Amino acid sequence: MAEKKKRKVPNLNASSMADISFLLLIFFLVTSSMDTDSGLSRRLPPPPQSEEQLQKMDVQRRNLMVVLVNYQDQIMVRTQAGDEWYNNIAEMEGKGGKVRLKDMVKEFVLNPNNRPDLPELIEEDFGPPIGKVPVTADHVISLQNDATTSYKAYIAVQNELVRAYNELRDEAARKYFGKAYNELLPEQQEQINKTYPQRISEAEPKDYKLGGGR
Amino acid sequence: MGKFTKAGGREMPELNTSSLPDMIFAILFFFMVTVSMRTETLMVRHTLPTASEVQKLERKSLVTYINIGIPLDPRLGTGTRMQLNDKLAEISDIQEYIAQERERLSEADRQFMTVSIKADENTKMKYISDVKQALRKAYALKISYSARKGEN
Repeated sequence: MAEKKKRKVPNLNASSMADISFLLLIFFLVTSSMDTDSGLSRRLPPPPQSEEQLQKMDVQRRNLMVVLVNYQDQIMVRTQAGDEWYNNIAEMEGKGGKVRLKDMVKEFVLNPNNRPDLPELIEEDFGPPIGKVPVTADHVISLQNDATTSYKAYIAVQNELVRAYNELRDEAARKYFGKAYNELLPEQQEQINKTYPQRISEAEPKDYKLGGGR
Repeated sequence: MGKFTKAGGREMPELNTSSLPDMIFAILFFFMVTVSMRTETLMVRHTLPTASEVQKLERKSLVTYINIGIPLDPRLGTGTRMQLNDKLAEISDIQEYIAQERERLSEADRQFMTVSIKADENTKMKYISDVKQALRKAYALKISYSARKGEN
């Protein structure tokens, strides 16, 4: 009988495996992009159905804040309580000694002293623990721009408006929940958002021939 | 004292590298899962504006991009142009583009479709307004002004 020879399983040389997987790794690193897109979210109004609807926008004067950005990126804020004028973006952000746009917006939205020339306070129930609080439910911030306003300035103003709302929400979160807004549960955040909804209107473009843009 | 003299050449112990491929594969899979493939090559140059209050866009598959800027190819002029998918386009093309993109999404996801406007910071607002109007007509109402995170 032939004696069964113990055959050795040949050893697979796996030393190049590491090199192959390194190559794959590098390929994926190069072809993929890590960057996540971030931005300021907005919701556009649906397209106007008819001519009459265009005219409809009927807001009480005291509830309206108009933010105008002109072709030189100068900013004008008009409310019934008074006008403010910023020569450039830095001034709007409070670097020139003027009241920051953010703080103007916050006062406008809160109307803490119930002034007659700031938005109307209406008491609404937002559920526990916020309960019934007076809010300016009908306020509108209308952002208008010239044809040659730079996108940069527009975004800077948008950012400033969003910042005002974010700070309001954060303050409310600390007051009612004792926590920062970011640490709240989604339902609680939703509750706060309902209390201070972002009411920024993206105005219909107008004919700016009188605006001096061209 | 002889105790301390070396008896013979000591051999360097061999490093066992058999688990190295496994480790690299683990890293590879991590990257494959966490990143998305670069889908389009930019044909316009844009520097995004900075903003401090930006939010991350969730669910990339629902996001459609509109790139606005100056063409990289100088032969195409120095005016503001828009890139949809892989070609330069006009504002009148937006509606069709949005309809196409919407078609790709499942029925349930269509309402969450977001359009991310990636525009150069020196673009004139006239152009952006026109784009916005076209988006409204196409009923793409959820938009995001793409911006870099930064203090301003």
